[in-house]
Amino acid sequence: MEIAFVIIAGLTLGSAIAAMSLRNLVHCALCTVLTFAGLAAMYLQLNAQFVGFAQILVYVGAVAILILFAVLLTRNSETQPNTRIASPSWIVGIFVAISVSGTMIYAVIKSTKLAQALPPVPDATVKKIGEQLMTNYVLPLEIVALLLTAAMIGAVIIAMRDKESQIETNVKPPRRGDAEKEKILRASAPPRRRQI
Amino acid sequence: MLGTGIIKGMVETARNFVGSYHDPERLTTVQYPEEKLAPKENGRNFPFLVFDGNDPMAGLRCVACQICEKECPPQCIYIIKDTVKKPDHIGKMQVQPKTFDIDISVCMSCQICVEVCPFEAIKMDQVFELSTTDRFDDLLLRKNELAKPNSYYQQLHPIDAAESDAKLAEDKKKAEAKAAAATAPKPPSTEPTKPA
Amino acid sequence: MESLDQIFVSGKQWLVAFLPETFQPIASILLVITAILGIFATLFAVTTILERKILGRIQNRFGPNRVGPFGFLQPAADGIKMLTKEDIVPRDADKIVHFLAPLALMIPVALALAVLPYGRNMVPVEFDAGLLFFFAVGASTELSVFMAGWSSRNKYSLVGAMRGIAQMISYEVPLVLSTISVIMIVGSLSLVKIVEAQSGFVFGWFPGWHVFTPWGLAGFVLFMIAATAESNRAPFDLPEAESEIIAGYLTEYSGFKYALFFMGEYWGMFAISGLAVTLFLGGWNAPFPFLQFIPSYILFFAKLIALILTFIWMRGTLPRLRLDQLMSFAWKFLLPLALTNIVVAAIWHFSKDLQLPGAPGLRWIFCALVLAIPYVWLGRGIAQAQRTKRIYKFAEN
Repeated sequence: MEIAFVIIAGLTLGSAIAAMSLRNLVHCALCTVLTFAGLAAMYLQLNAQFVGFAQILVYVGAVAILILFAVLLTRNSETQPNTRIASPSWIVGIFVAISVSGTMIYAVIKSTKLAQALPPVPDATVKKIGEQLMTNYVLPLEIVALLLTAAMIGAVIIAMRDKESQIETNVKPPRRGDAEKEKILRASAPPRRRQI
Repeated sequence: MLGTGIIKGMVETARNFVGSYHDPERLTTVQYPEEKLAPKENGRNFPFLVFDGNDPMAGLRCVACQICEKECPPQCIYIIKDTVKKPDHIGKMQVQPKTFDIDISVCMSCQICVEVCPFEAIKMDQVFELSTTDRFDDLLLRKNELAKPNSYYQQLHPIDAAESDAKLAEDKKKAEAKAAAATAPKPPSTEPTKPA
Repeated sequence: MESLDQIFVSGKQWLVAFLPETFQPIASILLVITAILGIFATLFAVTTILERKILGRIQNRFGPNRVGPFGFLQPAADGIKMLTKEDIVPRDADKIVHFLAPLALMIPVALALAVLPYGRNMVPVEFDAGLLFFFAVGASTELSVFMAGWSSRNKYSLVGAMRGIAQMISYEVPLVLSTISVIMIVGSLSLVKIVEAQSGFVFGWFPGWHVFTPWGLAGFVLFMIAATAESNRAPFDLPEAESEIIAGYLTEYSGFKYALFFMGEYWGMFAISGLAVTLFLGGWNAPFPFLQFIPSYILFFAKLIALILTFIWMRGTLPRLRLDQLMSFAWKFLLPLALTNIVVAAIWHFSKDLQLPGAPGLRWIFCALVLAIPYVWLGRGIAQAQRTKRIYKFAEN
């Protein structure tokens, strides 16, 4: 195990644990950002440049901001000082976690694919990724594009509907005639005092 | 078309930038304290005492009539009359102020003292470089600091000084004419003779 | 003049050869890092005083001219002032996040400076996907804006930070889209390859830079506008200017932290100008064949300084845009134009081999028309949105 991998893995795990256990919600979100950055460093260590940079661009640049906006606009970010971070049923939680991860690790270790020799590492240049996206994986690409377009149109419609109900353009307010104006004035005039 | 306004604006600023190196109209900064703006005729800031002739103390026009002291709204002029008469710049014996102090931390440059002085002795100056380190003693201008020659007054307020000099000359001529009339032999009376 | 061009590369190799084998890579990297940080710190100091003097001349006054000859030691005075100021942190502020926000700005910006090719063989870090790396770290600078605004525990700081982030995110889209046309034509994301692709000469003497093609010109203009918005410079300095009017996200920062923010912002401006030079203005290539004796790094920095002067010029000319004007400009004008630019780049690429009478000029004019018509139409669209009369519902007409 290389030193670099140990350090990056330690940083990622540490920030993930901090993201779970810190009291302040915005601090948790910022530790999540550190976790994303740690993952990107691991991709870069495996020489997958495109995925690493895309991870930083998308996760740290956009998803993190989205999480922070969501936290700020919906929740009170100060937790009460006497709430417990760990839930009361933590023993059951540890049992479930150990059983699930144990099953997965057992399955991975005993798999046949891992026993085979490693294939030669493909040259993951951007050009090859682009070619694969356009030939083998074009259907998932188009479906994801459709999904994103639908999300954007939905967002625009939600935002637009509020605006349209408030502002009416080209609507002339009704003009008040003279008789109406006099009625208003007389109604608001002070009552005449009776002379004694 | 979008963008033409921006281009026009940028050409204008470029013209300003280039012009500031050779066109005096485009760089109108006066670099105080190396360069100073010429004082304007109508400006006023704190009074000063005018003297004629060469000796500042003897040539003061002020005769300590104390009218300005009484008329000054914030009462910032302090005059103490001299008990003996001293000769002025033409040798005539005059009453002169022993002390004439103006407290410029109080003076509001209202020019009332100038307006009421019958002897054209006190006029408005345009000094502003009066900062001192002591707030009390150094801001009390004494007679010797306040005395400035008539030539200074003519240079500072040319029009006012011309009027003031003309008035003084006229007063002097009237006084001389009166003195001449008093000492001349009486002309034969032209009264009609009483009927016998 | 080959040796003068490569003097820094050979100098570095000579220095590093003194050390034993194992330390050589680290020493080489450290030398490069020191050089970059030193150059850009000096450039930052020079830019601050240059900006103040040029803005002063534009506004009919002198800039600072008391410290040093013609005021050029003013950055030293400013630096001393910033260092000796009291570092005030509000009592209720989030201390850790407040402390880390300037760092969260400086680190991505310094990383972004590491992928630009400053001369022939003079890239600090050569990536296969260098352009993507640049945009990735550029996106990370928005985090620092948020951290600064939120940790100050100040309503106005938070509002300023939100506006700043909204502006930066909105202008990321035209920024990236305008570079896609360059990537399409060159066929690579590597910045070194993009510079090398612009080293040819059209007709034997005219520079073959991307800015002299219709899609390159449009891309350059779009890129510069989006870059001005990304670095929060006038006329898009709404997050900064709020500091003058109400409070922006920088309110609670004083002394050296403020200086770090300031420096981070200017370094961001240098980085993105450097990218514009690389993508559109030919990087370190000479404009004419007879000028090729000039060392490549001098050409790069000359073009960089020309772009910085353009930024300063725009700051002195244009008034600030309001938030809704800013957003509608980004989404309704720049984004459609950037998409049209991609189409035009495709037309340009595929019409390269078409044999037509008067071919090069005709191709240029056709592509320029395909760009100019949406420009005029969209321009009229957003200009008109400003000119509709406001209807006051409850007032007498």
